[in-house]
Amino acid sequence: MTDLSKNIQALREKKAVVEMGGGEKAIEKQIAMGKLTARDRILSLLDKNSFHEYDLFVKHDGRDFGMDKKDLPGDGVVTGTGTIFGAPVCIYAQDFTVAGGSLGLQHARKITKIMDHALKMKCPIIGINDSGGARIQEGVGALAGYGEIFYRNTIASGVIPQISLILGPCAGGAVYSPALTDFVFVVENISKMFITGPNVIKTVLGEDISMEDLGGARVHAETTGNAHFYALSEQECFEQVKRLITFIPWNNEHRAKSFEPKEPCTNLNIENVVPVDPKQPYDVRDVIRCIADDSDFLEIQEMWAANIVIGFGRMGGETVGFVANQPMVLAGVLDCDSADKAARFIRFCDSFNIPIITLEDMPGYLPGVDQEHAGVIRHGAKVLYAYSEATVPKITVILRKAYGGGYIAMNSRHLGADFMFAWPTAEIAVMGPEGAANIIFRKEIMEAEDQDAMRQEKVKEYIEKFANPYVAASRGFIDSVIEPKETRALLLHALKLSVLKEEYRPAKKHGLPPF
Amino acid sequence: MEKKENELVDFVVTARKYKTTLTTKYKNRKVWQKPFIGDVISHLPGTIVKLEVQPGQEVKAGDLLLIHQAMKMYNRVVAPVNGTVAELNVTEGEQIPKDHLMVKIEPK
Repeated sequence: MTDLSKNIQALREKKAVVEMGGGEKAIEKQIAMGKLTARDRILSLLDKNSFHEYDLFVKHDGRDFGMDKKDLPGDGVVTGTGTIFGAPVCIYAQDFTVAGGSLGLQHARKITKIMDHALKMKCPIIGINDSGGARIQEGVGALAGYGEIFYRNTIASGVIPQISLILGPCAGGAVYSPALTDFVFVVENISKMFITGPNVIKTVLGEDISMEDLGGARVHAETTGNAHFYALSEQECFEQVKRLITFIPWNNEHRAKSFEPKEPCTNLNIENVVPVDPKQPYDVRDVIRCIADDSDFLEIQEMWAANIVIGFGRMGGETVGFVANQPMVLAGVLDCDSADKAARFIRFCDSFNIPIITLEDMPGYLPGVDQEHAGVIRHGAKVLYAYSEATVPKITVILRKAYGGGYIAMNSRHLGADFMFAWPTAEIAVMGPEGAANIIFRKEIMEAEDQDAMRQEKVKEYIEKFANPYVAASRGFIDSVIEPKETRALLLHALKLSVLKEEYRPAKKHGLPPF
Repeated sequence: MEKKENELVDFVVTARKYKTTLTTKYKNRKVWQKPFIGDVISHLPGTIVKLEVQPGQEVKAGDLLLIHQAMKMYNRVVAPVNGTVAELNVTEGEQIPKDHLMVKIEPK
């Protein structure tokens, strides 16, 4: 053997050892839990042969409590670069087979190094979380590591897309990294996320709850809203991540990749999707399918706050963000959760140059003591803030109801909408006709012999006068009343016209959104 | 999705009835009840370490009623209003759950 080939042989052997992570037994255990290994996860996500690993030979820091006798390959995390459909990404995956994926200072430094790299190279960062938490033996070094990750998550926010996959436990302080990122993916039976675990809760509060019920995938997808995408298997989760990547740009200075424009392919007729009676429900996603390219819609946070629908589609081949009230759920009202959901999505679109199309059909805010006491004022204000602040093209189509504060909040002209369209079925008014008639004609109704008949009459009068788009149109608050069938063509037109849109805001360090 | 299985119900927003479905979260929401001013309720589970009042005793707002140990802290529980101790539902050393009515004070 020549010297070089000896060296190469030695390198290969060294690599092979580290690449085995925690060893065969630990890998078997990992697989028995329905989980892939850290490297296999990365390879499943990235384009074939595109992964380049960094810091394979990094050694752990902590030498106390017998840790000096341990060998932790790669210090429990795999980091590197690669591509997804040709798009560059930086990626890391915690390796649960090595000391339970626990985070020590060098483990964290590997992560922060790849994050710094992503920020410099201006490409998305993907983090795969599967860790028992801080490596207790390292003490405060581990905490420092977390802090350094959170700091970078914050600095990178709005500059490069940040994606978190929760493919195992992610507990205690560790949860704050995913929480600071833009999209969180969870998988049934595999993801577990919480600040304090079941044991502590039982000891302190006496509440007996399983990990799954406390912070399982479904809980975060449905109840807390901490997760944006929910999958039944890791493979499905990877497909979701890849699909998301196709809709978003590499960084805040670019636009998302253009695709070949395609006509919608749904069998639905847009004229039949929305019932004329404003009290009847329908699935607003059918409207989106009638107008988006190829009827393709990637919904985000599908199971949480379903009274508002958010997600990505394409129009004329370019990515757009849809925000739509969902009359099918809670009549499409705005409440704390749906406001929170919409506002964060609007801000993502604004940060990453994605035009926003708002489809409006909402009766107002959710009434209730729980809502008021939960701070619906502050949460609702997030929507106003996000729309007003956004400088990307903002287009609204009012399908039916646009009442009161909701009308203002849902990207009205008054908050800076660039294009305001309304269907002839639109009702733009301070409140629903029944409520308005009760107030305006209170005296007449009270004094009438037949109060119900009088109320009905006055409601009818109000509907004729105000429950239409023409009063708002007469003030120029909406630009045009359009036929439902014209919607897609006009949206394409509006988007084309706003390609070069520029809008400036006063210089400031940053605004103070009500969160 | 579950929405499909959910039944359409009447849902009132500003005097108008809409047909729609409800979310689990909405159905499970806590219905508000006016709290009684003299109720002293535990906000955490814990142990009653010491009792400082007897039933029938007159108290002033701010008077110490009992010491409630919870979250590793000795918490001073004081009278919310001036009045008389009408009910004393705890004993020294007793472990109590969350939302337990510990003392009821009849306000003066």
